[in-house]
Amino acid sequence: MLATTYAIPDVLVFAAATLLILVGAIGVIAMKNPVHSALSLIMSLLGVAVAFLEQSADFLAAVEIIVYAGAIVVLFLFVIMFLGVDKSKHPHVEPLVGQRWFAGLGVAITVAGVVFLMANSHWVSGVPSTSTGGTALAPGSGNVTQLGDSVFTTYLLAFEATAGLLIIAVVGAVLLARRERTAEVDEATDDLEVIIDDWAPEETEEVDS
Amino acid sequence: MTIPASWFLILAALLFGIGAFGVLTRRSALIMFMCIELMLNAVNLTFVTFARTMSDIGGQTSVFFIMVVAAAEVTVGLGIVVAVFRRRASTSVDELSELQG
Repeated sequence: MLATTYAIPDVLVFAAATLLILVGAIGVIAMKNPVHSALSLIMSLLGVAVAFLEQSADFLAAVEIIVYAGAIVVLFLFVIMFLGVDKSKHPHVEPLVGQRWFAGLGVAITVAGVVFLMANSHWVSGVPSTSTGGTALAPGSGNVTQLGDSVFTTYLLAFEATAGLLIIAVVGAVLLARRERTAEVDEATDDLEVIIDDWAPEETEEVDS
Repeated sequence: MTIPASWFLILAALLFGIGAFGVLTRRSALIMFMCIELMLNAVNLTFVTFARTMSDIGGQTSVFFIMVVAAAEVTVGLGIVVAVFRRRASTSVDELSELQG
């Protein structure tokens, strides 16, 4: 029945994406080792990229792999290995009694509600928007140009705001993760500062609060 | 005929549910961040699906911005995790209870 209604390659690609996404997502929440969770997250994100490709969002699929799998998960792995949290030492502590069951119940109700909403709504039936005034999607693949046009014309203000957001995030992260200048500065930092002092003595004066 | 939008929407709903369940049950701050990423990706999937269904490029643009914000959020969040771990030697969110009333 499926083969007559939908093209077989489409169904196969969708099945592969579903398998990658769901198995990866369950792996993220089920694995004991945080490194395994991060690798499962990569698997799930690759599935999302496949689902993007299936819907002809080529650029977003590439960005998904580059930014998420290439940058964010690597950042996760770096922090896991930097902190040395190999196994989670608090596997099944429940601060509230029956928290797991309540969480499962709430999530099941939410997902069922969303699916019920979808089944009874008109906006999944594929009616093209006419009232929003948005740019129509080019048929088939190759809407990278269109996406670029949209980002740099309609959403230019938001795009510039993200530049400011990224600068603030970088400065904030550096400020948060920096070691505080207290008495217990370790030996390696001392050695490094001696080297820096020898090299450029006038640049090491810090005005720390 | 291509895959209908409802299949992708149900898939996104399941992914969001798994992410929400992880946030509610896991106690490690790192795993909770990963589950938040899962939920963000579920929303991205719905955005792309509606961009295709409604034939509007705005959905894909929104995904672009969500990715930028997610990257910034992870950067700051992991900075906070590192700073907390330096004081407490633990990433469990249950042990951060100084502010309880």
